[in-house]
Amino acid sequence: MSEQKERALQNSQDTRAQALARLLLRPARGSLWQAILLPVLAVFTALIIGALVIVFTDVQVLNLYKDFFAAPGKALAASWKSIASAYSALFKGSIGNPAEFANAFSVLRETGDTAPLRQAFWPISESLVTSVPYIFAGLAVALGFQCGLFNIGAEGQIFIGALASVYVGYSVKGLPQYIHLPLAFFTGAAAAGLWAAVAGLLKAKTGAHEVINTIMMNYIAFLLSDWLLNGPMKRPGWSPISPAIQDSAWLPKFFPDPLRFHAGFFVALAIAALVYWLLFKTTIGFEIRSVGANPDAARYAGISVTRNFILAMFLSGALAGMAGANEVLGVNHQLASAFSSGYGFDSIALALLGKSHPVGVVLAALLFGTLRSGATRMQSLAGVPIDIISILQALVIIFIAAPAIIRWLYRLRLEREVGETVFTRGWGQ
Amino acid sequence: MAVAARNAELTIARRRHVGTGVFFLLVALLILAFFVRTTAPDLTTTFGLNPARLTTALKLPDLVLPSLPSLWFLTVVCAFLGGWQLAKGFRSTGWALGVVAFAFVAAFLIWAARGKSMNLVGMLSSSVLRSIPIALAAFCGILCERAAVINIAIEGMMLTGAFMAAWIGSITHSLWIGLLAAMLASGLLAAILAVLSIKFKVDQIVSGTVINIFATGLTSYLSAKFLQVYQNLNNPGIFKPIPLPLLSRIPLIGPVFFEHNIIVYITFLLLILIHVMLFYTRWGLRTRAVGEHPKAADTLGVNVFRTRYINVIMGGLVAGIGGAFFTIGSVGRFDEVMTAGKGFIGLAAMIFGKWTPLGAFGSSIIFGFADSLQTKLQILQVPIPSEFLLMAPYLVTMIVLAGVIGRAVPPAADGQPYEKQ
Amino acid sequence: MAPVLELRGITKAFPGVLANDHIDLTLEEGEILALLGENGAGKTTLMNILYGLYQPDAGEIFVRGKKVEIHQPNDAIRLGIGMVHQHFMLVPVFTVTENVMLGVESMRYGLFLDRRKAADKVREISKQYKLEVNPDDYIKDLPVGVQQRVEIIKVLYRKADILILDEPTAVLTPQEVEELFKIIRSLKAQGKSIIFITHKLKEVMAIADRITVLRQGRAVGTTTPAEATMEKLAQMMVGREVELVVRKKEAKPGDVVLDVENLHVVDHRGTPTVRGVTFNVRAGEVLGVAGVQGNGQTELVRALTGLMRPEMGRIRINGVDITNASPREILEQGVAHVPEDRQKDGLILKYPVHDNLVLNTYYVPPFAKGLNLQFQKIYEAAAERAYEFDIRTPNIYVPVSTLSGGNQQKTIVAREFSRPIRLLIASQPTRGLDVGSIEYIHQRIVQKRDEGCAVLLVSPELDEILALSDRIAVMYRGQFVAILPAAEATRQQLGLLMAGVTAAEAMAAEEAPAAVEENPAL
Repeated sequence: MSEQKERALQNSQDTRAQALARLLLRPARGSLWQAILLPVLAVFTALIIGALVIVFTDVQVLNLYKDFFAAPGKALAASWKSIASAYSALFKGSIGNPAEFANAFSVLRETGDTAPLRQAFWPISESLVTSVPYIFAGLAVALGFQCGLFNIGAEGQIFIGALASVYVGYSVKGLPQYIHLPLAFFTGAAAAGLWAAVAGLLKAKTGAHEVINTIMMNYIAFLLSDWLLNGPMKRPGWSPISPAIQDSAWLPKFFPDPLRFHAGFFVALAIAALVYWLLFKTTIGFEIRSVGANPDAARYAGISVTRNFILAMFLSGALAGMAGANEVLGVNHQLASAFSSGYGFDSIALALLGKSHPVGVVLAALLFGTLRSGATRMQSLAGVPIDIISILQALVIIFIAAPAIIRWLYRLRLEREVGETVFTRGWGQ
Repeated sequence: MAVAARNAELTIARRRHVGTGVFFLLVALLILAFFVRTTAPDLTTTFGLNPARLTTALKLPDLVLPSLPSLWFLTVVCAFLGGWQLAKGFRSTGWALGVVAFAFVAAFLIWAARGKSMNLVGMLSSSVLRSIPIALAAFCGILCERAAVINIAIEGMMLTGAFMAAWIGSITHSLWIGLLAAMLASGLLAAILAVLSIKFKVDQIVSGTVINIFATGLTSYLSAKFLQVYQNLNNPGIFKPIPLPLLSRIPLIGPVFFEHNIIVYITFLLLILIHVMLFYTRWGLRTRAVGEHPKAADTLGVNVFRTRYINVIMGGLVAGIGGAFFTIGSVGRFDEVMTAGKGFIGLAAMIFGKWTPLGAFGSSIIFGFADSLQTKLQILQVPIPSEFLLMAPYLVTMIVLAGVIGRAVPPAADGQPYEKQ
Repeated sequence: MAPVLELRGITKAFPGVLANDHIDLTLEEGEILALLGENGAGKTTLMNILYGLYQPDAGEIFVRGKKVEIHQPNDAIRLGIGMVHQHFMLVPVFTVTENVMLGVESMRYGLFLDRRKAADKVREISKQYKLEVNPDDYIKDLPVGVQQRVEIIKVLYRKADILILDEPTAVLTPQEVEELFKIIRSLKAQGKSIIFITHKLKEVMAIADRITVLRQGRAVGTTTPAEATMEKLAQMMVGREVELVVRKKEAKPGDVVLDVENLHVVDHRGTPTVRGVTFNVRAGEVLGVAGVQGNGQTELVRALTGLMRPEMGRIRINGVDITNASPREILEQGVAHVPEDRQKDGLILKYPVHDNLVLNTYYVPPFAKGLNLQFQKIYEAAAERAYEFDIRTPNIYVPVSTLSGGNQQKTIVAREFSRPIRLLIASQPTRGLDVGSIEYIHQRIVQKRDEGCAVLLVSPELDEILALSDRIAVMYRGQFVAILPAAEATRQQLGLLMAGVTAAEAMAAEEAPAAVEENPAL
């Protein structure tokens, strides 16, 4: 009798253990290919449409199209040439010229002269240098997204960060680098963070939508920097430029000129790792993401929506501020009035492309940095205005945000996402 | 029990408004600290009430105010309202808030023009002129949001409109074709927004941002490629002001409202048209139903998707007019990112105006006023850096949004994609 | 003669469920057909197909013997089919007239709305069918009973002769239900054919001429009130025998746990919604709050749980003043809250089940060490709870949005009940659930009570209140109009109180027992 009972108990415990094991069993993950297919196709499609834009705004090519029926080959060849010259300039400007590499190595072998090599590596260095502010600004927007906040104010926050950084950089004197550099860097971050937190505060307390407020604050930031650089922070002389920062505030460089690659790149990677840890491994991140996913449920569960809006906006602004600080301390070593970077707006596309995930953001930032630094070359060599980049970015966002278009274009069956972040909750309340 | 509850509610209502009273007192203090303190006793402020070139039927005498006593008076008004609010409480604080805001602005102007003369008509007329793109943006917002589609792409639509008006206007040497091109281009962007938001159900803030980025990129790209290279492509000319017969001869009102170009009058017409259409026609009833309760409209056979498409595209056309105003309605050439946030300010005007055309127009004039401060006050050599005066419209927008949201009720379904299932 | 309406083999599948499985149905001219089935049985899907809101995957519809295709509501309207939806399809900021005329507007000069003409027609209909309304009132100012009349007028305005009423009694007081039944009978007398959808057995017995029962998407049988009994209907509906009562022991009330004094709450529009409520709940008892939805229950619960700030009054839990405390401080006092809108407040739908199970305990050991989340501990605890509370899920990593409504609710219950709690606040804990889940959750609530937990149960369902409560408070326009022992409360009396009749009058009505006996709604 008791044996029977024991066995029954054993049995039920078995099923309990089995049930628990089943509940704890992790299903196989979707393939990596699935995860990156959409972004890859989105970028690819954007490049193709970009090519069309290049062709159809090339006056010479358009003239040939007038005689398309007489000489179709000519028009098509010219189109191809136009695209090829633009995109090859893009490639050479961002990665480098293979011939130049080969030459540089042979010179190095023969004479030991590193100058040609440095010249050959210059495009890559520039791409990486351009990627750094993208990483920071992309993380800024992504962190906002995770909290359900749409920070369109990264641009203004970059200005504020740069202003604060450059001020500490030139006005504080006599400090050793290991104090002065971090001080300048984090002052920039903190200033931009506080600046952005205003929008978070307004959203939390009054319901005013952060999209409008951060944009308004962009304009205010531009005007503020105009005033500062024409007045209190102006260096002696004509042009609205701040004094140069002290050497002790420079982000270290690793190579001689013209390579501008600097330590900011590694700082950015470290910060990206930090953001990843914060968002996905800590209680702070749990709260931020919960508020982003469902503010009502977060509040119900005892998470302060107000505090997290302000905190997330502060962190987002601080990251954007780091982008500004990085430009001042690592690249320009001063601040000019027409510093307008465009990084702030590009970072929105970047965060969406990177799925608001730090790893995705870093990859997307490398891509955008490469594109942008190549586009500068494309502008000078092929006469394609750099604004083509904005067009490409808009297209990328469209394809990422409406994957149905990509699915339809390529007759694909992609997995559907569950629970996209929602920013549109009306105008507050 | 009922009486006790009633009393309790009265106490609650009063307590809620203590903050307002303190705010009024603060304004009084501000006027005292910044304006009264820095004004010499024997100065007067002169406000001109006639246009620079006399066109009205009657010449009004200038308004001459003793600066310091006027400022003191305004201080006392604000302080009194604040004190009354704290002691007894107004039933509705709306009008008191209006009086205090007016008092502050009046104090600012009296202070800025102390010892000098300032043409009030010129100032107001320029306020109206600068309010036009904001009002048109707000109308666009109303058309979209009454059907529950949030449109933050107005900025991009206006920018594209401004570009097309300049470009096509220059090529065709016709301002009207330029205006039409602006409307069509902006309408096309609106159609893209509509497809993304309605068909693909992309988050409306994201789809709006995309269009803003796209429009900024495309106009800058084309401008760099063509307009900056071939100057004759960026020289469309402008619509000339047409004083309206009779109306423009009314003193004060005439020069402020009725001596402008055709786009301004189109705006006035749209104001009336949209108001009537929204509240007195079948289209309006259905639009509002779709914005408030799309499912209810759907069950009664109203096509929710079609209504939204039509409204968003109509909004795009209106935004196009607003965009054209920047080029062929005022400066006569296109510059990169020249809309400078007016599209977003228009959204604020829409919210402040509680999603009604009349309210939105009224608030647009307030924003237009803030926008015109800079040019007018620089003439008076006010000791405030011009950059700070330029911030005024942006700051006013933020303040208005912070103050008004929560009390203004948007269309109930605003921003939500409709799932037919 | 052909029936007015005939459905043959209607089939409709949604991802993961077969909502309608070859359903046949006939409606004869001038009859009231009850469509009975529990939540999720497919009643509403079927009617939405009939009304053109969904398209069937298979099956045919005949109206007066003629095969028809219904692609959109307009088609249904043209065929004389009208529907009164469970959630009213009324625009709150419109007037009665505007709501009625929407879609079939009367016009002046072909350009402007003719509100007067439409209003006259509304008056006419309102007179003919004794549906009292004022055409110029705004919907948002009208009580739900009147709103329902507007819905019926909307249907009649479109000259419908087949009326579908989807769960029309869900939001009404017993007296309003009675009123509605009168209207339905008068419609029938004037030749209308009516489909009455419900899951309430008593109503079916009171009003129907014929009853068709739906279970898990299939029509399982048709009967008449004369042939059927409540027990038999219940069995047809659920597929097994159902206990119609909740078994529970005598309550042993202990110390006061929740003590509320003169509580006032104002909603975000500035309207007072809770107006001076005073009560307490003791350990080991269930206080049920009855009342028609929208009488301040939502705000009362939100104030008690810290989601809304009370304007006045005092709330104490175990003697600790929590009047202005944050939701977290209140949670930490041992308060569990099952919110009325589980998808909006109770869950983060895109989060996996395991995160939802620690949604309010993620920050305390063992789930967190300092800042760091302890995932292994979270997974283990989540699996335990999923098992213990019988949450049907493939594993704990799937988004909670993929679970059925009943399992989502069990997820909330699992999370709230597996903390040490002293007070349970449950707001409409079984709304929209199937009978199995309802039974389970009721049983768990009673179990908590027996463990010595104080329970505040808020529900507009009188059945639920009567089944679980030890004491019953009736809320009307933001006030508790009465608090009575459950043993002494009757349905009739509660119904009157819910409709705003004062306690004394309700007692007086109780004196005349005839009214109780003859109430067909019960």
